Amino acid sequence: MSSATATTVNAAPVERVPFDRALLLVIPATLFMLLLFIYPFIYGLVLSFEPPKGDALENYRKFFTTDNLWPTIWTTLKLALPATIINVGVALPIAYKMRVKSRWQRWITTLLVVPITLGTVLIAEGMLTYFGPRGWLAQFLQLLHVYDGPIRLTHNYWGVLISLVISGFPFAFLLILSYVTGIDPVLARAASTLGADPKAQFRHIYLPLLAPGLAMCFCLAFVQAFSVFPSAVLLGAPAGPTRVISIAAYEAAFEQYDYSLASAIAMIMGVVQLVIVAFVLSLRNWFYKGPVTGGKG
Amino acid sequence: MARAADAAVAASAVPAQMQLPWGERVWRGLLWGVMTLFVVNILLMIAAVATNSFARRWLGTWLPQGWTATWYFDAWKEFQLGSVLWVTVEVVFAVVFLALLIGVPAAYTLARRNFPGKRALMLLFLLPLMVPPITYGIPLATVLYQTGLGGTMAGVILANLIPAAPFVILVMTPFIEQIDPNLESAARVFGASTARMFGHVLVPLLAPGILAASLLVLVRTIALFELTFLTAGPDSQTLVVALYYAVFAAGVRAPQSVDAMAMIYMLVTLVWLLIALRFVNPTQLVSRVKEHPQPA
Repeated sequence: MSSATATTVNAAPVERVPFDRALLLVIPATLFMLLLFIYPFIYGLVLSFEPPKGDALENYRKFFTTDNLWPTIWTTLKLALPATIINVGVALPIAYKMRVKSRWQRWITTLLVVPITLGTVLIAEGMLTYFGPRGWLAQFLQLLHVYDGPIRLTHNYWGVLISLVISGFPFAFLLILSYVTGIDPVLARAASTLGADPKAQFRHIYLPLLAPGLAMCFCLAFVQAFSVFPSAVLLGAPAGPTRVISIAAYEAAFEQYDYSLASAIAMIMGVVQLVIVAFVLSLRNWFYKGPVTGGKG
Repeated sequence: MARAADAAVAASAVPAQMQLPWGERVWRGLLWGVMTLFVVNILLMIAAVATNSFARRWLGTWLPQGWTATWYFDAWKEFQLGSVLWVTVEVVFAVVFLALLIGVPAAYTLARRNFPGKRALMLLFLLPLMVPPITYGIPLATVLYQTGLGGTMAGVILANLIPAAPFVILVMTPFIEQIDPNLESAARVFGASTARMFGHVLVPLLAPGILAASLLVLVRTIALFELTFLTAGPDSQTLVVALYYAVFAAGVRAPQSVDAMAMIYMLVTLVWLLIALRFVNPTQLVSRVKEHPQPA
């Protein structure tokens, strides 16, 4: 930018500029991304085909034939898909309800959003204390005699699922809320003039307009859930039912120091996730095509 | 319980609404129930951590047998929180500053100009937010360790910048689009250079947006675990990674002192979140995500 200052500070304002200097402004960010995002990615991809021994596909063969590696895909999907569906499914009606401005809207929104800042590690620690076998929740349930058996909500599948909901729901809610408030309420009013009841308004006006946003939200929420790592270690059973794919990748890289295998696992992880994202985004196009978009204002 | 009363008030405050049908009322009650359950459980969870951090001994009873604040001093000494907090501050502020430095100019160009390859560039900036940190974090950590940056503060800052810079770009682009380009033309007519136009026209107008973006990046960076975890060495750990190790090795240490550390962590994020919420309406913060090109 300093060179631009030097050359144009006294120049006449309207001159024919052969090259738009504003385009230069995008270069630092682009270079940074190429150097630290794209380059490592390609490096990892190449590295994954260069195992210490064996041919190029050795890592991938190893992943799909080793008993504690390939099932991690299913383990991860079994956690990530239900968590995402719960988060998006519950956030949608609540956000839809919160679209109307009221005295409570801002307060409730804030309350629901706060858990975003807790972060996965803090949620894990909190859950170990609160949901643990002798925590308040267990004591409360036993006091009410709702369920008298031992309550196990930590160090298993459920602990990880709950933590994914706690950390993922606020995010999904926030995102959907911004999409819902972006839809012009005039459209719904027009529909009600034509005799549509609230249910029909939602079904025929809001839902189709929300579809792209919902698809996007599902993808972002899924990405978060799919890369579950700290809570799967701290709250789950990292050796068994919650041995997710990121644990496998981490172990390969930092416990066995096999960066080649770790890169291969990271690539498989990326592919699985992109397949799901592409599938959801293609569903979106199938939903509604028309002139009205969910734009703000 | 107060929430149910609120619901009743809200329902009765809506005029011109006839007696709601039965199904509608059940549905409404269900929604409020779910929301209350969620919020109450989160608050109790935080309260449990807080209680435990002040507990002398707490085993299977409603409240601990005695109260003490010594765990905070223990945690401070045991986990070297002084230096960890200092590292966190350094990392977070460096990330915010650098993300703004490269993000805002890029956002300006993306908001104002059309050029070949713009969609591809937008995709490049959107991708780090669509790929989980662990997926690119592992190849990135490998590269960083090979260049000698792994385990250093610089490595941690660079790694955290990868989601932070695109985030700034995505938040700032709509902000810049809102500003009337005529103001810039006017500045040009009066002979301002690009740098002066930035300094005297754009930055003051963008101040609220820059503030919002930097606060959001700040809160996100404090909470971002995976990338720091993969790239940090023993003396470049941030608070969240130190907390992870403390919980991970929980058997060795008193749970109360881990909880005390968790409380310190939460207070740090909460303070910044509350500051952020004063300036950013949460419903507006992601309002323009739909404007981004959808990756095909």
